[in-house]
Amino acid sequence: MAGHATLAKDFVANDERAHWHDKALWFVRHKRDNISHSLPEWETLRETASQVKLHTITHLAKYLEEFEANAKKLGVHVHWASNAAEHNEIVLRILQQHNVKRVVKSKSMLTEECHLNPHLEAAGMEVVDTDLGERIVQLQKEAPSHIVLPAIHIKKEEVGEVFHQFLDTEKGASDPGYLTEAARQHLRENFLAADAGITGVNFGIAATGGFVVCTNEGNADLGTALPNLHIACMGIEKLIPAPEHLSLFTRLLARSATGQPITTYTSHFHGPKPGGEMHIVLVDNGRSNILGSDEFRSSLSCIRCGACMNTCPVYRRSGGHSYQSTVPGPIGSILGPASDPAKHSSLPFACSLCGSCTDVCPVKIDLHHQLLTWRREIYVRGLLPLSKTFPMKVMSKVFQHPGLYAFGGGIARKALRVMPRWMIYNPLNSWGRKRELPEAPKESFRDLYKKRKRP
Amino acid sequence: MSSRDTILKSINRHLVPAVPLPDMNQDWIKFDNPTEQFLTMLSAVGGRGEVVASLEDVSRKLHEEPHYDDAQQICSLVSGIDIASDKRIDLDAIDDPHDLKDVDFAIVPGEFAVAENGAIWVTDAVVRHKALYFIAQHVVIVVKASEILHNMHEAYPRTGLETDGFQQAPHFGVFISGPSKTADIEQSLVIGAHGARSLRVFLVEEMQN
Repeated sequence: MAGHATLAKDFVANDERAHWHDKALWFVRHKRDNISHSLPEWETLRETASQVKLHTITHLAKYLEEFEANAKKLGVHVHWASNAAEHNEIVLRILQQHNVKRVVKSKSMLTEECHLNPHLEAAGMEVVDTDLGERIVQLQKEAPSHIVLPAIHIKKEEVGEVFHQFLDTEKGASDPGYLTEAARQHLRENFLAADAGITGVNFGIAATGGFVVCTNEGNADLGTALPNLHIACMGIEKLIPAPEHLSLFTRLLARSATGQPITTYTSHFHGPKPGGEMHIVLVDNGRSNILGSDEFRSSLSCIRCGACMNTCPVYRRSGGHSYQSTVPGPIGSILGPASDPAKHSSLPFACSLCGSCTDVCPVKIDLHHQLLTWRREIYVRGLLPLSKTFPMKVMSKVFQHPGLYAFGGGIARKALRVMPRWMIYNPLNSWGRKRELPEAPKESFRDLYKKRKRP
Repeated sequence: MSSRDTILKSINRHLVPAVPLPDMNQDWIKFDNPTEQFLTMLSAVGGRGEVVASLEDVSRKLHEEPHYDDAQQICSLVSGIDIASDKRIDLDAIDDPHDLKDVDFAIVPGEFAVAENGAIWVTDAVVRHKALYFIAQHVVIVVKASEILHNMHEAYPRTGLETDGFQQAPHFGVFISGPSKTADIEQSLVIGAHGARSLRVFLVEEMQN
């Protein structure tokens, strides 16, 4: 499978657009900075939240059983799925038992990870993603490029085109207010016609058996308040022990994600609505494997705020689709290889190790350390391409022999000065792609040092 | 083996160093004037609010709301609000929440408000169809002026999630902070995504429970 750098080629080729994407995300990062700096206890919040998450994942079996027992007391049907296929089958079975034809779904990265939509559609159901950004990418037949801002890579003119095609808006319209209103009308019809609502879960509460879903649009609420059937799909790492801990996460999530003080709707579900039915599907899909690793365990603490993406210089300049992973960016470059190291072996290298992700993470995941550790893992597992292993071997030899180093350096300095451009910037020189090589000095550091010592 | 057992076994096979729960009693933010802070945050998240003396003031001020006098359907869960009888929707007389699709205004009680983020805790304890909160075009929330808390750490014990109705009967509660919104098209903020197009909050000084 093509690596991140190759997949990013098209995105990077459009310079103007790549800069526009970069700026849009930096704007969100900036909003996050402003609001986090306005809270004196920000660091205390992060540290406390980090401890709560680590506590929960190091006692995960206990909290899962507690959650299940309490959810059952509330009349909720609890299902367990070891992997994506089982999750999809469970959801399909529940829907079929209720003769469901039309489903509305709010944003859930887990159902993206499991590729639930195609599974339900193959069984003849209509699935409508109701988050505006997700609806846009769904109509464009694309995957989200960001976990919080699914359509961040799409320009308003393109949204206008898609809406003109599917929602009959005026041709050439690109005003976000007008387009959002059109989506509101279109999705209202879907909400009213739906037989079932599917949501993700932001936080599951072990002590009560309830769960929390956060949205700004209110789509998770409309999608579950109208139909009688609600299915919530939840990764097993989404648990927290008790309601008091929600105070930490509801304070951190939206501030880190979009710079808002809290999401518009922070909904607490405890059992089905009167006359309705509620199901929770608990999904492992590789999560329990990560639990065993001292290096990568804390990646299970992630609350999917997207702050690490917004700040990542590589993500901002290469776009979410170049990761080919449901969760892109720094956290995705850790979770991706954990689920399939061969498929995602290039992701830990799509990183400058600047550490900005670690600085903004609301639950203090040591993201850039884990990315570095993954690089070693990829090497140990023999998954590094020759383009990385061969130069490393050569450099290793050179660095071990000072004479060879001085000789090679001399040649390189000379070559960079005298060789014609087309020879230096040849297709094999990946360091010369989209950037200028440094100007070669006439003398090496050794030469200069020798001169300085001579009086 | 069931998937439940497989997953629990897969978790338990790892011997992981246990991390203790941290102390939740920290020096969390408080405000000199929580009411003022709440109103500032509410306006920052796109809502509008003010302190009024009584429910009569609410009834009077509602007519200043844009679209209120043109509304065809108004549903109030706050007793003591005057609504013309031809516009009034009786929630208890409605069996199917889909029939609420044309409600223009919902006037609902909030249990308490939170100063740090402009959020209000609303539950389905008094409402037959929680859909009302999300399907109405405009939402008005009425809260006792004395019920403003500083931060979310004060808020969660007040929700009663671990006690009250939540554990005795299925229940729903939501923090609402401003009207429904989205910025999914080029990061342009648009108010009125799927839910309420506007949110008006009245903090009422003299109000019975």
